[in-house]
Amino acid sequence: MAEITLIEGVRQALDEELARDEKVFLMGEDVGPRGGVFRATLGLFEKYGAERILDTPLAELSIAGVGIGAALYGMRPICEIQFADFIHPAFNQIVNEAAKMCYRSNGEWTVPMVIRAPYGGGIGGGLYHSQSVESFFAHVPGLKVVIPSNPYDAKGLLKSAIRDPNPVMFFEPKKGYRLIKGEVPEGEEILVPLGVAKVSRPGKDLTVIAYGMMHHYCLQAAEAVSAEGIDVELVDVRTLLPIDRTTLIQSVRKTGKALIVYEDNRTLGYGAEIAAILAEECFADLDAPIRRVTGPDVPAMPYSHPMQDWFLPDAEKIAAGMRELAAY
Amino acid sequence: MPVKKETLLEMYWTMLLSRRLDERAWVLHRQGKIAFHISGIGHEATQVGAMFALHRGVDWIAPYYRDLAMLLALGLTPREFALGLMGKKGEPMSGARQMPSHWSLRRANVVSHSSPVATQTCHASGIGLGIKMRGDSAVVLTSLGEGSTSQGEWYEGVNWAAIHRLPVIFLVENNVYAISVRQEKQMAVENVVDKAAGLGLPGVMVDGVAILEVHAAVEAAATRARKGEGPTLIEAKVERMTPHSSDDDDRTYRPREEVEALKQRDPLPIFRAYLVEKKILSEAQDKEFQGRAKEEVEDAVRFATDAPYPEVETAAYPVYAEDVRRG
Repeated sequence: MAEITLIEGVRQALDEELARDEKVFLMGEDVGPRGGVFRATLGLFEKYGAERILDTPLAELSIAGVGIGAALYGMRPICEIQFADFIHPAFNQIVNEAAKMCYRSNGEWTVPMVIRAPYGGGIGGGLYHSQSVESFFAHVPGLKVVIPSNPYDAKGLLKSAIRDPNPVMFFEPKKGYRLIKGEVPEGEEILVPLGVAKVSRPGKDLTVIAYGMMHHYCLQAAEAVSAEGIDVELVDVRTLLPIDRTTLIQSVRKTGKALIVYEDNRTLGYGAEIAAILAEECFADLDAPIRRVTGPDVPAMPYSHPMQDWFLPDAEKIAAGMRELAAY
Repeated sequence: MPVKKETLLEMYWTMLLSRRLDERAWVLHRQGKIAFHISGIGHEATQVGAMFALHRGVDWIAPYYRDLAMLLALGLTPREFALGLMGKKGEPMSGARQMPSHWSLRRANVVSHSSPVATQTCHASGIGLGIKMRGDSAVVLTSLGEGSTSQGEWYEGVNWAAIHRLPVIFLVENNVYAISVRQEKQMAVENVVDKAAGLGLPGVMVDGVAILEVHAAVEAAATRARKGEGPTLIEAKVERMTPHSSDDDDRTYRPREEVEALKQRDPLPIFRAYLVEKKILSEAQDKEFQGRAKEEVEDAVRFATDAPYPEVETAAYPVYAEDVRRG
């Protein structure tokens, strides 16, 4: 058992899948000799060559669009969008083309493709290197949307995403790339199924639901309040689309309280859908209103450090939300 | 290579069948029997000439909505087209999900396209990338109108193919009008092929009404592509002899004299006259073709009229590859 970082989990998944299937290839900006601006593809160019590790033109819509074409031909492209903030030019290709291909061809054509993108703030990235974009894509049937919160899941979910026959949006918490470490067994195949949430910390007083970087902070907050006698059950969503309703509902039925945490803007952020599901399915089990800790409704995250901290939910803000709900 | 006489007749037949089907679709719309039709009348020589220059069934096609004659050349049947017009069960392009003339035909390597224009340009380059990576000998042809070359999607897709010397043919069917907007408001250059130099690939301009000129240009581009020499941009000057679609009325933006003059540029009589002059097509044979086209069109309309609609429950599938249900 070795302790690795979240980004090393990503890199190992890419490496193993490139070795397993010659149809798999990577493309993106600076993924070649540079190894990616975050080093997620470090060493892969040297190992697999320029034919399979493609440095693309600086044009995101064609990274997605060319990927779709290659997937239609039977390849297994893994496209990297350097920052999730830069994915918007590719929205048409992802939403109108990749997501609808299977449905609009009545299953004749499918798009087995992964689009990876680092998302989220806390690294001094300002408005355009900090965005959370998961809700845009989780609104679109035909896509799968995955966000890992730790190295084991990063590796296991990404390997499953690469083998999935559908277009999968894989958003990686960039703040956690090197901050979040965890044990990952060596020399064994790690596949974490898509569409399955995980109770990452069992508890009885309230359910806290999160994913990605916020899940990491929720773990810290849960430890902090446990000293005060508040026993938090934490659910890691992991796959946002399709969502694992069962795990969420079971947990909230047990605890009777739900706190949803996400970094994105509050209005119509992904947790709003979770709140709707719980309101529909758990009404009779709830002992308190469903609560949220979220980013604010401003256009994006400011650069200046104190303003960035103001925007971001962290362990302290989440712990405050936990205490308040536990006391209700 | 010179085209064989039997092949020339087959090309003429495909153009004729496309024209009669297209005309019938307009009538069906005016009768209130279908919700929408988008026409390819005037484009048939370009589409048929291009397809007969490829290895149909081996090469890949990423078409656009005006390509009825192209699809017929690739084996789409009149019955299948009519099912699409009426949104009936068994329509092979989309299971009656898409509007008419939104093509897809897996058995002929025709990939599915959407309504937003030029998106298929990037798909064609991706297919070309796949062909190159696998070391296959196929080429891919993608088509679109001149207005669609204003899209960033088009520039980005062509740029990719040029950088990687991919086996792609970009066929622009230039009919001067993007619905109502003339070419002068789409680009500052005189011809679409003038854009090729800036993207680093050869541009070839042909008279899209002259079927053999198109055939020769596409054949040369395919040969180049198969040799690993990269993509070609072909601009075929054609005429849009109808309004943009059944929902358009071109009287507000197109002078009647201009529309009247288009008859001189109708590719069907031009090709017929050529075949008659070369004694490849006799008057008797033409009459037989005309009769057969009428029969096939009426058979297709009858067949589609009698066909059932899809079961409503099937609208829930297939969202994901896992729930593809055939039958």
